[in-house]
Amino acid sequence: MNRLTSLFQHKTTDVLNVYFTAGFPQLGDTVPILKALQDAGADLVEIGMPYSDPVADGETIQRSNQQALENGMTVATLFEQLQGIRQQGITVPILLMGYLNPVVQFGVEKFCQQCQAVGVDGLILPDLPLEVYAREYQPLFAQYGLQVVFLVTPQTSAARVRQLDALADGFIYLVAAAGTTGAQTDMNADVDAYLSRTKALGLRNPTLVGFGISDAASFAAASRHTTGAIIGSAFIRLLQSTPASERPAAIQEFVAGIRPMANLA
Amino acid sequence: MTLLAPSPYRVDAGGYYGPFGGAYVPEMLYPNVEELRDNYLRIIDDPEFQREFTQLLTDYVGRPTPLFLAQRLSAEIGTTIYLKREDLCHTGAHKINNALGQILVAKRLGKQRIVAETGAGQHGVATATACALMGLECIIYMGEIDIERQKPNVDRMRMLGAKVVPAKSGSKTLKDATNEAMRHWISNPTDTHYIIGSVVGPHPYPDMVARFQSIISAETISQLLQQTGRATPDFMLACVGGGSNAAGAFYHYLDEPNVRLVAAEAAGQGVTSGHSAATTALGKPGILHGASTILMQTEDGQVTEPYSISAGLDYPGIGPQHAQLFATGRAEFLSITDKQALDAAFQLSRLEGIIPALETAHALACLPLIGAKKDDVVVVCLSGRGDKDLATYTKHLDEYSA
Ligand SMILES: Cc1ncc(COP(=O)(O)O)c(C=O)c1O
Repeated sequence: MNRLTSLFQHKTTDVLNVYFTAGFPQLGDTVPILKALQDAGADLVEIGMPYSDPVADGETIQRSNQQALENGMTVATLFEQLQGIRQQGITVPILLMGYLNPVVQFGVEKFCQQCQAVGVDGLILPDLPLEVYAREYQPLFAQYGLQVVFLVTPQTSAARVRQLDALADGFIYLVAAAGTTGAQTDMNADVDAYLSRTKALGLRNPTLVGFGISDAASFAAASRHTTGAIIGSAFIRLLQSTPASERPAAIQEFVAGIRPMANLA
Repeated sequence: MTLLAPSPYRVDAGGYYGPFGGAYVPEMLYPNVEELRDNYLRIIDDPEFQREFTQLLTDYVGRPTPLFLAQRLSAEIGTTIYLKREDLCHTGAHKINNALGQILVAKRLGKQRIVAETGAGQHGVATATACALMGLECIIYMGEIDIERQKPNVDRMRMLGAKVVPAKSGSKTLKDATNEAMRHWISNPTDTHYIIGSVVGPHPYPDMVARFQSIISAETISQLLQQTGRATPDFMLACVGGGSNAAGAFYHYLDEPNVRLVAAEAAGQGVTSGHSAATTALGKPGILHGASTILMQTEDGQVTEPYSISAGLDYPGIGPQHAQLFATGRAEFLSITDKQALDAAFQLSRLEGIIPALETAHALACLPLIGAKKDDVVVVCLSGRGDKDLATYTKHLDEYSA
């Protein structure tokens, strides 16, 4: 069974998804960070494929993308790095997140093949429109066992949310507020209303909230009406500010700090 | 002549030009793009819109712009050259045609704030001008490098009341200013309209911008008819950054196979020099700024940082319609180096008393290359004037002084 499916079968609340950029801070850091996140108890991990023009991303992730590219990260290199991880004890569900152009240049079918070969469970391609996915890519993703995640924002109409939900099979990524990644979203009444409104739609997919989730308070607020939340920029900032030698402990502490109640239980 | 029957060169119902075009935008932009897509034709076709737009083009922009027979240049090159004088538009370039059209659309969509990107600053100035005229707030993103090399336009935008925000990411030029403008739009989805400055971006922008610029070829048809007795030239020349002046100059000639369409791209220091913006020569199909098009990129699909002496052509892609014109062979794309452009700029200045924009100079530099015969009628879209480029021209003055 797809690892995402089985995760959401077993866990329906407080699911923590952590994003980091492949090949950042150093080219060879991808797998060690992945392993540290698994050890720290992240429920799923989203690995960003760096891109030169990440329009949906704020400054923090823009800079990690640029640094990763300067380090020499490519789609091909990422697959080389992920080779064999499933045989080496990495069991956490993995999503690749990235922009469409590098995937298209790599070759979409070859990309899907490689994902399956290394054990990737799903994809988030923010600039792949729903319509193009349905028309061109859906059978291919399915053939290689890849689940797809679509974004929803506070501006997305209920009708469109239903369309996205019908085609998504990983989860629905609820963008907390209009903005790019890393925006300072305060989990105010508006966000709460949007999340509970979305909950009332009774979607078939689990929902995870992202953009601006950075600590225990914002995680708890975001998870109140949803399956869980996604942390990206705050984790990238941690990686930036932590020397490599202290990284595993810092990651442990960071992840534990997001769900203090879970650790008491 | 204005027959818009199904054409392989025009946008189809799904927003594509053959394999190019579409709307590859993150979901955050979907409602904005959808709102525009569902309304732009209705708004533009409304007689009241047309009346207001036409009146502004006449009384404010100063249209129609002249079609000028450049006799000394014609004699020098050995053909018959007409210049379509977009440089005489208010604010000094064709960009104002689009800025005014879009601001009227934005008003009808109830938007209060305008965001735009700019390269050479001409689109920024045009947008700031339109915003001042309509009383809307205006935010312009401009690459940090372009802010330095197009200073007069930065000052003009500020004088017009716009806020100019430096784009500091990536190559710090037009591509990055476009990214920043898109991010701004993502963060302000309901009250803001994004006035894209060229025929790029997600559908419906390329088509909408081309429609607003199509006045260039519409006027050319009647002016040519009056001056020469024929409505079609043998050649139509224009420079291509994103391609809006070319799209307008080509618009009514797309389905006239006897008109050879020539697009000038910036080769920078040479197509193979590593410092170039010659998109069709160096690029491959891919996705940039929300459209499937041809773009300069690495094997890994990372967008390459372009280079051109001209800030308005310093862009790694072209509009999807131009990608289709290139792929089908309908238009010829020529690569013009910095040096060829400078030569052409000084030539026009000395022979006709017209200082062209550096962008435009790339189109002029095609004149000796197209094999036009003496009696052939060649129209060059003189997209803008060179005042903004005086600092660059001044650096080269000695080379061109006898
Ligand atoms: C005078 C002039 N011509 C041409 C261009 C290039 O734009 P486009 O290719 O959209 O016409 C610019 C852009 O700034 C410009 O200022």
